Amino acid sequence: MFATIAYDLSHLTSAMVLLTGFVVLYQRRVLGVFRALAAQSIAVAVTAAWQAYTQEAPHLYLTAAIAFLLKGVAAPVALNWIVRRLDIHRTVETAFGVSGTMLAGVGLVALSTLLVLPVTASSAALTRETLAIALSVVLLGLLMMITRRNAITQVVGFMSLENGLVLAAVGVKGMPLVVEMTIAFSLLVAFILFGMFFFRIRERFDTLDLQSIESFRGERR
Amino acid sequence: MSVLPFILGIPLVGAAILAFIPDHRIGGWVNVAASFSTFVVSLLLLVFETPEPNHFAFIDDFNIYLVILTSFVAYTAAWFSAGYIAHEIVEGRLTPTYLRFYHAMYQVLSFAMLLALTANNIGVMWAAVELATLTTVVMVSLYRTRPSLEAAWKYFILGSVGIALALFGTILVYLAAQKAMGPGMEALTWSSLYAEAPNFEPELLNLAFVFLLVGYGTKTGLVPLHAWLPDAHAEGPTPISSVLSGLLLNVGLYAIVRFKMLLSANGDALAPGPLLIVMGLTSLFVAALMLYRRRDIKRLFAYSSIEHMGVITFAFGMGGPLANFAGLLHMALHSLTKSAIFYAVGLASQARGTQQIDQIRGLTASHPALGWGLVAGTLAISGLPPFGLFMSEFLLVSSTFPRAPILGVLLLIGLLVAFGGLMLRLHGIAFGEAERDHRPLVGSLIPLYAHLVLILLAGVFLPGPLVVWFQAVAEVLG
Repeated sequence: MFATIAYDLSHLTSAMVLLTGFVVLYQRRVLGVFRALAAQSIAVAVTAAWQAYTQEAPHLYLTAAIAFLLKGVAAPVALNWIVRRLDIHRTVETAFGVSGTMLAGVGLVALSTLLVLPVTASSAALTRETLAIALSVVLLGLLMMITRRNAITQVVGFMSLENGLVLAAVGVKGMPLVVEMTIAFSLLVAFILFGMFFFRIRERFDTLDLQSIESFRGERR
Repeated sequence: MSVLPFILGIPLVGAAILAFIPDHRIGGWVNVAASFSTFVVSLLLLVFETPEPNHFAFIDDFNIYLVILTSFVAYTAAWFSAGYIAHEIVEGRLTPTYLRFYHAMYQVLSFAMLLALTANNIGVMWAAVELATLTTVVMVSLYRTRPSLEAAWKYFILGSVGIALALFGTILVYLAAQKAMGPGMEALTWSSLYAEAPNFEPELLNLAFVFLLVGYGTKTGLVPLHAWLPDAHAEGPTPISSVLSGLLLNVGLYAIVRFKMLLSANGDALAPGPLLIVMGLTSLFVAALMLYRRRDIKRLFAYSSIEHMGVITFAFGMGGPLANFAGLLHMALHSLTKSAIFYAVGLASQARGTQQIDQIRGLTASHPALGWGLVAGTLAISGLPPFGLFMSEFLLVSSTFPRAPILGVLLLIGLLVAFGGLMLRLHGIAFGEAERDHRPLVGSLIPLYAHLVLILLAGVFLPGPLVVWFQAVAEVLG
């Protein structure tokens, strides 16, 4: 009885992570993107805490706490603050439009399911399904980084990608060093936020938009 | 006695000390001293018995040579850096506060690279590569100009994505090992992974390798993941360009080759060779063609680094004792040659006050010692005899032809295209009428010529024990 509840709850929470991944994708307002990211991070924290309980791996509580405090609370607050201080555009500029991005996202989820499920045939059912979801979240984060024009949404894409990685790491039973990896990644995120503010980076440089490639990569004369 | 704690400890202590030295001249020489002691201690690895692998460290014939190479180039680059930085202060491009930070970061970078090379744990190796990325990002942005921030940001974002994908690959390797090894730290430890590799789940291992190749391939600058590399090389301080090209790219490649060995040890996994061959050849061709239109001298040699990473990846992709031998030799000699070139480029761009190729004309006329040094370095990097890279490229081409003639032809064409591009640009830089407006040379030419002598020696006469030892490593790589 308990085993099935554990299983269903794990499914529920990791599905929440994937769902919020899509919510992040379809936001048209930057502040909405932050809220969706916060929701996703909290879902990751809940997943991690639940895995800590079922796997009897207390160190995963730490991962859950880091995910909740840093990415669920601190990062969105910091992002909000940066948007206000740097006076960044509040609307999300997309390269393909929201519906196109959503379709691509659905395609990516299908792709990762088709990719992961066959190769993990001999792993535990929970592990393989969590892994498929985690890979979907990673790919959705990548998609977001590719299709958004503003640097700040690009950063959110990266953080969402990272949520996918945490999901994968906590889903694999007995994985050591998860906490250390989470900390290393938080360092990266903190660094990104710090860099954005410190260097006042408003727009992404590596853009698909031909109009903004004015200096042709330092080969100007 | 193990010397490894010292190899990793000296850079860390050096970083801590350097963070508190306000005077940039003293800082520069402390940096040299710390790098030199790391190099000397790393030489002791050859003297003492190789320590048994423990939970933290794993030394075998493959990484021992990379450790020594890394600490040596870090030492000569620190030497070059001391003179280079002093000149930047005079020019007013940098302030002493930044330099304190720069020197501390330099040692942290050395630490991170050495840790990545010696760690016996794929998680620790991953974290070390991340640390190396962070420090180099900071150093690329040192000038605080718009192009340098742009380059640093691009490097940062692309590097972070690469690192994230590498972590996913690392998790998958752990999962692949679980059936055979059970949960726990053992399944992340190199030495036990190799022992158990035949029992891993092949499909998971395949999937893991794709992620690892893309992830660490970004750090290696393989096409199409190379977009950050030319910018980061061109906009950061030149000593960092030489360390990036000479050392950090090797670390990425080291990780890829290590994981490739896992796949080779597992009989049922896909053969990683073709993947590496395709990526290597693509990098070679794209970079070779890009050489023709460069106007910025540091960008020119950055593309040449991509080209050579492609050649080395190709060599390891071919596999077998001969090609692996060529790859290992090429890795070492490319590091030495490319860092020497960047030393020359740094001095040249300081003497002329620009990185634009068309304003650095006639270098052999205005600064003969520097100009001819750069000519020698460029001839060496384009694979001309009597320099060492000719040997490794010749070995690679001649070992490829009997096994896969078409690949051999492609490789040869790529190398010739790159050769043409470099010669075209070299002609403009080294010869012709010198601009009258130039400054006398500051900084030492010794690191440049020391490297040139080494690569010349390697080309003319490679000592017997070294050959035997390279062959032994080549056998291990499979």
